[in-house]
Formats: sequence, C-alpha cells, structure tokens
Amino acid sequence: MSAVAATVSASAAAMVRVDSLSKVYPGGVEALNSVSIDFPEGQLTTLLGPSGCGKTTLLKIIAGLLPASQGSVQVDGRPVTGPGPERAFVFQDFALMPWASVLRNVGFGLELRGVARSEREAVAEKYIIQVGLAGFEHAYPHELSGGMRQRVGLARALAVNAKVLLLDEPFSAVDEQTRRKFQEDLLQLVAQERKTFIFVTHSIEEAVYVSDRIVLLSRRPSRVSSIVEPAIPRDGGTEEIRRNPVYLDTVEEIWQSLRQYLD
Amino acid sequence: MQRSNPVPAAPAEAGSPPLSAGNPSHLTAGGGPAAWLGILTHPLFLRLASIVTVMAAWEYAGRVPISPAFPTFLETMGALGGLIADGTLIEAFWITLQPLVIGLLASVTIGVAFGVTMGLNRLAEWLVSPIFIIAQSAPLAALIPILTFAYGIGLTSKVMTVCIMAMPVIVLNSLNAVRHTPVSLLEMGRSFLGSRRQIIWKVILPAAAPVIFAGLRLGCAAGFIGVILAELLITPTGIGDIITYNQSIAEYPKMYAAIFSIIVFSVLFIEALERLEVTMFRPEKRAAR
Repeated sequence: MSAVAATVSASAAAMVRVDSLSKVYPGGVEALNSVSIDFPEGQLTTLLGPSGCGKTTLLKIIAGLLPASQGSVQVDGRPVTGPGPERAFVFQDFALMPWASVLRNVGFGLELRGVARSEREAVAEKYIIQVGLAGFEHAYPHELSGGMRQRVGLARALAVNAKVLLLDEPFSAVDEQTRRKFQEDLLQLVAQERKTFIFVTHSIEEAVYVSDRIVLLSRRPSRVSSIVEPAIPRDGGTEEIRRNPVYLDTVEEIWQSLRQYLD
Repeated sequence: MQRSNPVPAAPAEAGSPPLSAGNPSHLTAGGGPAAWLGILTHPLFLRLASIVTVMAAWEYAGRVPISPAFPTFLETMGALGGLIADGTLIEAFWITLQPLVIGLLASVTIGVAFGVTMGLNRLAEWLVSPIFIIAQSAPLAALIPILTFAYGIGLTSKVMTVCIMAMPVIVLNSLNAVRHTPVSLLEMGRSFLGSRRQIIWKVILPAAAPVIFAGLRLGCAAGFIGVILAELLITPTGIGDIITYNQSIAEYPKMYAAIFSIIVFSVLFIEALERLEVTMFRPEKRAAR
C-alpha cells in the first residue's frame, strides 16, 4: 500500500490504476506478470495483444470478477475487491437473458440495485433510444441480430451510469459492416459521455481507429510491451480517419511490434 | 417416443408446437392443386393422418385377427364408451389418480428442490447425487416387492413406486440445468451487483427452467408407468384392476379400453404441463408464436 501513496501525485487524472498486477490461474498457468497501467479519466484506452495474452483476464480483474494473485487495482482512488457501481461490463457474447425483453435486459442492472420499476424503465427507455433500438423495447433477444443484441448489452452498461465502461471484445461476434458502424458510434459515445472506457480487442485497425491510448501486451505471461497514443484528429469524418497517414502508419507500427510474438 | 432421452441437451425445442401452429392461410386458399397441396402438407392434417393411420392399422389387425385376444379399434372404443357410461372408468381413474397425484407432487417438489440445491452446492452434489444416478440406471420395478414388504399393499407402496420412478430424472435434470447456467450470465449478474439470492432467483432459475421442465415431463411420464406397475404388481386397483380383471375373464375390448384411456390421459397431461411451462415461464416462446 505504500507504493500507492508514492505514485498518487504522478498522474492524478488516472481513473483506473493497475499496479504490478500478476495472475496465476489454479494449475499454474501464468496469465499476467507484474502489469502496471494507468487509465486516464475520460479517455478510451485499448488493451491489445496476441490472442490468449491475458487481455480479458486483466479486464475481468479490473471488473472485480476475478481475483488477482498479486498487486492491486484502484478505481477512482478505491481498491477493487469485487464488482462495484462505478464500473459496468459489456460482454463478448452479449450475456443477455433470453427470457427477458430488451426493456428488462437494459434495465436489469438497475433492477438488481432495487430501483423501482417505473423509474428503471424510464432510464432503460432513454438508453434504448440512444443506442438506436427505439421500437424494439418489447422484442426478445432471439428476435434481434447479433449487432442489435450487443447494442442491448451496451445500453445495459450505460443505464447504470458507471464512470468506467469495460468492453470485452464487444464487436468480435458481429459481422464486419455492423462492426464498422459500431466503431463510429463508439467514437461518438466517448465524445458525448464523460466516461473512462477500457476496451479489449485483437483487431489492430479497430484499436487504432477508436483509441486515445493503446496498451500493447506481450505474449503470456503478459507484460506491458509498449504504449501507443495515436495522434489522429477525430473531428474529421470516418473516411478521413481511415485514410489519415498517421492512422495507417500507427497500424503498421503496431503490427511490426506485435509480429515478433507470432511464431 | 421422442421423449426417451433422459437428459436432453436442448430440450427447449424438443416439445412439439401446438396444433394451431403453422400457416392457416393454407386452409382458406381457393381451389386448385396448389390449395390441395397446401392442405396435404399442413401440420394439422399430417398429425391427424398419423393418428388415423395407426387406428386404421389397429382396426385391420383386429379384424384379421392377429390373435383372438386382440380386439379391433371399434370394439375397443365401444367398450370404452360402456366403461364411461356405467361410471366404472371414472371410479377407476379416481382410485388410480390418488397415488399418482400424491407421488408426482412429492417427486416434483422434493426432486426440484434436491436438484437445484445440488446444482448450487458441490458438497450437496457429492453427497446426494450418487443415489439418484444409481436410481436412474437401476431397473427400479425390481424394488416393488421390497416396497410392498416394507409398506404393505396400501396407498403408501403405490405412492413410493411413483416416486422411485419419477424422482431420479427430475433431480438429475434440475441438477444439470442449474450446473449449466451460462458462465457469462453469472458474470453479468455479479458485475451488475446482484446478490447471491438475486442471481439465483433472477438468473439461474429462469435460465434452468427449460431443462427443469424437460425433466418434469420425463418424470411425470415415468410416474404414470410407476402407478400402473404398482396397480398391476402390488394389488389390482383402479385402472390396473380393470386391466387385470377383464384379462382374467377374457373381456379383451374392456382391457384394451382401459389401457387406451390411461395412455390418452398421460399424453394430455404431459401436453398440459408443456403449455403451463410456456405460459408461466417462457415469455420469449410465447412471443415467438
């Protein structure tokens, strides 16, 4: 705990602070090896690395879903001991309840917190409209496409009004065109909501397109390999970003540094 | 017998849709060969055709006759009408339903409670599940003489017979249903701050409901087997009495009528259970219709 006091002044704007975190799974698989990362407030930071490198493990430890073996995680100045109201999770496989309507799924975080029905439905309704699902409130997950299901997952995470959004490869189970639309919407969301986003992906292009900062992780046991901050102007349109030389160079640079981990 | 698999992997789709499913426009279409094709391939028509074929085959086999002890379908229906008219059948059902209903209620409540507890708690599973795994694979009808020895020839033995037939599959299905709750749904419940109690009632049990209900359907079907076994092997009462008595005096149409009536009752009961599941626990299936 003394190490925390020493580093507090160094970056006061860090919303999430991961400090020399290690994770060894029962059975001896070493997923993370002394990882330290600061996640600045109001930015989108991406965890990127070769598959199986422990990105999702790190995200789930931050979420409080997995215990760390060593080291600590602090969110908004408080140590993480389990899930908390200041964090919300978006799942790779959507994790929607098939027996519940879109309205109930989106309001489920509030339902678990004991918010009254009329109030939580009003909040859910607002976020259903924001993610573009107006008119589908009473549909069930099996009636929606993969992309729409993930919008439900996103709305559910937004509805609890957490300061930190944790997104675990949220677009990996949707098709390419839907994915691009999602990336554009995500940029808009980051600009609109003053929230801290932590985003896990294995797609380099996606990471460079949406991120303020990219943390490159090495192969298991993961360490921070390097941190890239793509300096791409976001005010231009989608096409401008994807054709921007800085975008293309950053993608290439990251690929060159990640290819060493491939056999 | 589509329900013969004791622990179905995907029971949600195992049940057949109700007779009203399908496109009713087939029936209202005008004349012409296309309309006839529409009627011939309509689910309702095909289901009726399947039943009529079996009944026709029964009638033919009875007329051959394949055995002097095998009545025709029409003779059997005549005997069934007679049994209903003189009140014999109603009385027999009243007697048979007593051990069946008591046994099924006990099996369903105790079975689901045991199964769910074991699904939530490894220690309970290790302690209790071996009994039910053995019970499910053992030929339990062989235990009926022991039950009779222990509990006599009254209602208790018959209730116990229903329970040993119905309970194992209900317990094991409930256990598997709870154990196979999707991991991401459990993580979702935890990450959105659900208490253990909330996660059990709002996530685990609804997620397990389809497989639990599949177990209930199989268990209830086994309970029907149990009650008839008990009535044939312990002391002839109710439907078992009609079967045994009419066999002994060579009144075969009445014997077959009793068998036919209990089969029809069993099928209707299981179908009603499925309707109940969809109405009460599966809003998404209701919406799909």
